[in-house]
Amino acid sequence: MRRVRTLSRRARITGAGDTAFGELAGSSPLSLHAEATCAALADAGIDNAKVDGIVCAYSLVEPHLMLSSVVAEYLGIRPGYSAAIQLGGATGCAMVMHAALLIESGRCRHVLVVAGDNRLSGMSRDGAVAALARVGHAQFEVPYGPTVPAYYALVASRYMHEYGVTPDHLAHVAVTMRRHAALHPGAQLRKPITVEEVQASRLIAKPLRLLDCCLVSDGAAAVVVSAPEAASGAADPRVAVIGMGQGHTHEHISQAPSLTEFGCGDAARRAFGEAGVAASDIDVAEIYDSFTITLLVELESMGFFAKGEAGPGIAAGAIGLDGRLPTNTHGGLLSFGHSGAAGGLTHVVEAVRQLRGRADARQVPDAKLAFVHGDGGVLSAHCSLVLART
Amino acid sequence: MSGTEKPLPPMTAETRPFWDGCRAGELRYQYCRACDRVQFYPRSICARCGRSALEWRRSNGTGTVYAFTVVYRPPSAAFAADVPYAIALVDLDEGFRMMTNVIDCDPEAVAIGDRVRVVFERRADTVLPHFTPVHPHTPKERG
Ligand SMILES: [Zn+2]
Repeated sequence: MRRVRTLSRRARITGAGDTAFGELAGSSPLSLHAEATCAALADAGIDNAKVDGIVCAYSLVEPHLMLSSVVAEYLGIRPGYSAAIQLGGATGCAMVMHAALLIESGRCRHVLVVAGDNRLSGMSRDGAVAALARVGHAQFEVPYGPTVPAYYALVASRYMHEYGVTPDHLAHVAVTMRRHAALHPGAQLRKPITVEEVQASRLIAKPLRLLDCCLVSDGAAAVVVSAPEAASGAADPRVAVIGMGQGHTHEHISQAPSLTEFGCGDAARRAFGEAGVAASDIDVAEIYDSFTITLLVELESMGFFAKGEAGPGIAAGAIGLDGRLPTNTHGGLLSFGHSGAAGGLTHVVEAVRQLRGRADARQVPDAKLAFVHGDGGVLSAHCSLVLART
Repeated sequence: MSGTEKPLPPMTAETRPFWDGCRAGELRYQYCRACDRVQFYPRSICARCGRSALEWRRSNGTGTVYAFTVVYRPPSAAFAADVPYAIALVDLDEGFRMMTNVIDCDPEAVAIGDRVRVVFERRADTVLPHFTPVHPHTPKERG
């Protein structure tokens, strides 16, 4: 049953900010949190004394048991509510969902959502690869030498087997993301690539090649989620969170009930139902793209394409800026950059910019309705958001 | 973890019978008498019905490759000498799925649907289950 809440009561995103992504010399997890926060608060037109809630994620470079307390202390914020969320790549969207629930319950008026890490300069690509590989089951997966690309490659093998996805389809995902990143001044990689270059890049975990894999970056992103009545002072308070949903089916890929249907389907269905809209209504999508196969599987599992049709559709330009579903207009994790929870939060920041009409050369004309999705683990934890221009 | 030694499974009281089985050359899994369901990995309760009416059974050790990859970029230096190596999700004939390496074959020849059987490999003082093709492919290098 649909439960469409009155728009006037829905939480607003009043501020959005990010840093450039890439190798940021001299950055630390906390300095990155601060840079993104300052940008988001300035965008919202408030100072840190107005922040009465804070939701953070986690840092691999400087792990801490209480990151939201550490960040609040560093920023000089004394919130009435503080929490840290750990859902891997779903964290960015889940933090926004958590903040919106705090707003809707009347608990807070301005919640700061912020994440950042200097995974590239602070721990090296080898260190990040090794740390992330340990998300596998310590007894029943990790001893066999898997990596995160290998976990997703298992999904790719089955998905290709059942639905005829080809390496060419996957390469077109990477090429499209790079084309979008070329239009974003803060993106880590902006030089256009070709399908041939993707297919000539070195194998990481068959069938995934280097250019099928997301980047490792330094970077941070932040948004301010505000009560509707508190949003009126913001410079550009036009974005409302009108639908939210999560879906969780497993943590370890060897325990996934299916390698072709995932919790993203449940998350999207819940978010669309709450918003009272359908996938076909969406003007712009910002969807977690840790690997090329991730985006393709999610687009089909969430109903944007029928099974087996995303690959040919993407090859024909369907997710490009002038396609029927412009997707990851900032270049996504594959080309804009990926820095843990901040990576997923950049999808939210980009959606806000699109809905405000401030995405410059990447602007989707008259974007009114955006869909944002994060996936954590190995297509394990999912969170979807529907954002609307008010 | 230093990165130079391959990781060993940090076994617990509830998984020890599985690892003891590997040492004895048996692939063991759990069966729930309350809801007639098999379960892997081992747990203290049945993940379907929540009861603890679990018993250990011995698998015949044969199964079918459900999904696979070949790793070229290893997670750490400990696996660098092994690349390329195959990782698969194998569906055992008794109805449970496990991750494993497919060894003693050309990793690039592994395919979905291949029949495989368990082989036990020693790592330090632990024994790990791996799988190998029932009908070995001719390695590509030999032509
Ligand atoms: Zn049971």
